[in-house]
Amino acid sequence: MIRTFEDFESRTGALTATLSDKLKGADSKRHIVLCGGTGCLSSHSDEIKARFEEVLKEKGADDRATVNIVGCFGFCSQGPFVKIYPEDTLYRLVKITDVEEIVESDILNDTVVERLLYVDPVTKEKVSKQDDINFYKKQRRVALYGCGVINPEDINEALGMGGFQGLKRALTMTQQEVIDEVLKSGLRGRGGGGFPTGRKWQFAYNVEADQKYVVCNGDEGDPGAFMDRSILEGNPLAVIEGMVIAGYAYGASEGYFYVRAEYPIAVNRLRKAIKQAEEIGLLGDNILGTDFSFRCHLRLGAGAFVCGEETALLNSIEGKRGMPRPRPPFPAVKGLWGKPTCVNNVETLACVPYILRNGWEEFAKVGTERSKGTKVFALGGKVNNVGLVEVPMGTTLRELIYDIGGGIPNGKKFKAIQTGGPSGGCLTEEFLDEPIDFDNLVSKGSMMGSGGAIVMDEDNCMVDVAKFYMEFICDESCGKCTPCRIGTKRMLEILTKITEGKGTMEDLDELEELSQTVKSNSLCALGQTASNPIDSTIKHFRDEYIAHIVDKKCPAHVCKKLMSYHIDPDKCIGCGMCARSCPTSCITRTDYIAPKHKLASMSIDTAKCIKCGSCISTCKFGAISKI
Amino acid sequence: MTKLSNSSVLKITEICDRYKDEPTPLMMILSDIQNEYGYIPLEVQEIVSKKTNISVAEIYGVVTFYSFFSLTPKGKYVIGCCLGTACYVKGAQQVIDKFSEILNIKPGETSEDGLFTLDALRCIGACGIAPAVSINGTVYPKMSVDQVAGIINDYRTREANA
Repeated sequence: MIRTFEDFESRTGALTATLSDKLKGADSKRHIVLCGGTGCLSSHSDEIKARFEEVLKEKGADDRATVNIVGCFGFCSQGPFVKIYPEDTLYRLVKITDVEEIVESDILNDTVVERLLYVDPVTKEKVSKQDDINFYKKQRRVALYGCGVINPEDINEALGMGGFQGLKRALTMTQQEVIDEVLKSGLRGRGGGGFPTGRKWQFAYNVEADQKYVVCNGDEGDPGAFMDRSILEGNPLAVIEGMVIAGYAYGASEGYFYVRAEYPIAVNRLRKAIKQAEEIGLLGDNILGTDFSFRCHLRLGAGAFVCGEETALLNSIEGKRGMPRPRPPFPAVKGLWGKPTCVNNVETLACVPYILRNGWEEFAKVGTERSKGTKVFALGGKVNNVGLVEVPMGTTLRELIYDIGGGIPNGKKFKAIQTGGPSGGCLTEEFLDEPIDFDNLVSKGSMMGSGGAIVMDEDNCMVDVAKFYMEFICDESCGKCTPCRIGTKRMLEILTKITEGKGTMEDLDELEELSQTVKSNSLCALGQTASNPIDSTIKHFRDEYIAHIVDKKCPAHVCKKLMSYHIDPDKCIGCGMCARSCPTSCITRTDYIAPKHKLASMSIDTAKCIKCGSCISTCKFGAISKI
Repeated sequence: MTKLSNSSVLKITEICDRYKDEPTPLMMILSDIQNEYGYIPLEVQEIVSKKTNISVAEIYGVVTFYSFFSLTPKGKYVIGCCLGTACYVKGAQQVIDKFSEILNIKPGETSEDGLFTLDALRCIGACGIAPAVSINGTVYPKMSVDQVAGIINDYRTREANA
């Protein structure tokens, strides 16, 4: 048990030395770590770990190396990863059958296994160290501090990596000093709103109450976003520490984590971390011998997107339907069970220990004028390096997509980047050199959002994308207020009409008008931002809407009703594979034999075709195309 | 409606008692029941109502609000196709359509043999390996339409051999 500052000092001093020895190899051992994020675990990194242990034992080398699971490496498209300390060698796309070779070659004979190294797609050179890979070069880990380095299920490693040092410093300051520190750092809410965290805490501090609460919003619902999940999976103790510091700052003694039930690994690791922190006395009564006490609780979501809205989330914790409450009163004044409550996002709380540990100046050193620090993005969609990245605010979209993301795969053309999920918008080529910050993205018609960044290429139809988000919102609208409940439904109907080639130009006008009505009259942020994807696609891709409406064509060949499959009779060698794969038997042989070919070509009966795409994925000769 | 067995009544009562010290335990009770039985029918809600003094109307409202809670039983294997943005732009719709075609059920429905339920999921955060499908918690990465039939057959074979 750690009961005093002195206990804490001596315990963490020893742990820091152990971890540093481990990373630097001063304990004359090798340390194998494997990525244990959701992505890599689904590629069996846990079985690979077990295999490592087995092989090390077989070869009598289990005293020469340790094997551990750590948090997300971020570079998900190249997973599963195996990293070996102290050399920092990074192997990617590792399979269970590679384990023996890694042990034999690298662990026992100090020879790097070349074929498992990352190959730079441009220079074609093999890169052995993580920091030398382009994907990592422009990154800076603040919120993701410790992720991919420490074992998230072992509190000793977290404490060896600076864990709870921020709280230790906070406890030597007055409450107002802690709030001022966070205010000066310029930290703004990372969940999407961008409200200054320090100011939120100040509101709650100023209210007199017998009980106050801290709530951590881990209901990360934006499709295509997994920042919070990775933080909770990679270093849950940092988020707990952020919560405790918040509690100390404005006088709360209870904290609630609200995490999506869709994230079982994150939930388990968080639960373990809370238990371990309680066991050694970093949570509970009289933390570090002071008169400050704090307890953490965990609540799970049950599959409702709207619960990411703070007042809906509070209702959900209270066991009610997750519907938003009108604001004001704001939760900082009247929140959970009517008591002052600050709802902070996971990433926000993960930044707080960094600020307290290193001082506000260190945090504010990077970023732009009004957006300080870093931001984690889940980079996905049509980009080579899919994964989780943390970049300083002010990084341009071009750096994000091309330098870190490695550009668009298959030589396709970039079309747009969608940020902010269903509440955000699309930004086109002309905005690629814009620096990323809260206010700048809003002024360009999108928003930072929680950090989802989906890249789209020429094969994505922007009307279809707008319809996708509207389907999502329509499904997730809680139904409490009329503009959102009915407005989103009507907008979806119009979008569906357009994608089916039945739209008129009047529909487009009506869509724009409805979008304004829903935006200005909805109760909560879900409705107020629901039409953003429509507005931004109409603004930047009006010609695509018009192509659907006037020409009855989908330029990207996505909308099924407006496209058909066609076989080029001169390219078709007549093998008949397409006809065999066709579920509706609508492909038959013609009597045309192309020059140089032996068999007659095939042809599709477009009236019977259900446009499932089986034929095009079966054809090895590129004879089938969408028109 | 069928009457609940005594053991079920005891189990549900036990679940309610787990949270008797919580100020607002309803969500936790319902989650546990959903995990235990796979659904929360009206008879069960009535027991929860008696134990917690929350009206059945309110409980029913909560059960129907959240997509994780179900009023009808789910299949033995719940196939969740992620339709988050990253998966969607990489062809997740075709994958779920294929499951739908082979199992002959729409998303949200359960196959007649009670073996499979097909669900369209909102982002499961596995965007790095899109399109992703999760079956009873096991995540299948980078799914393609061609893999669908094989996966269903694996589960059917597993059942036949069980």
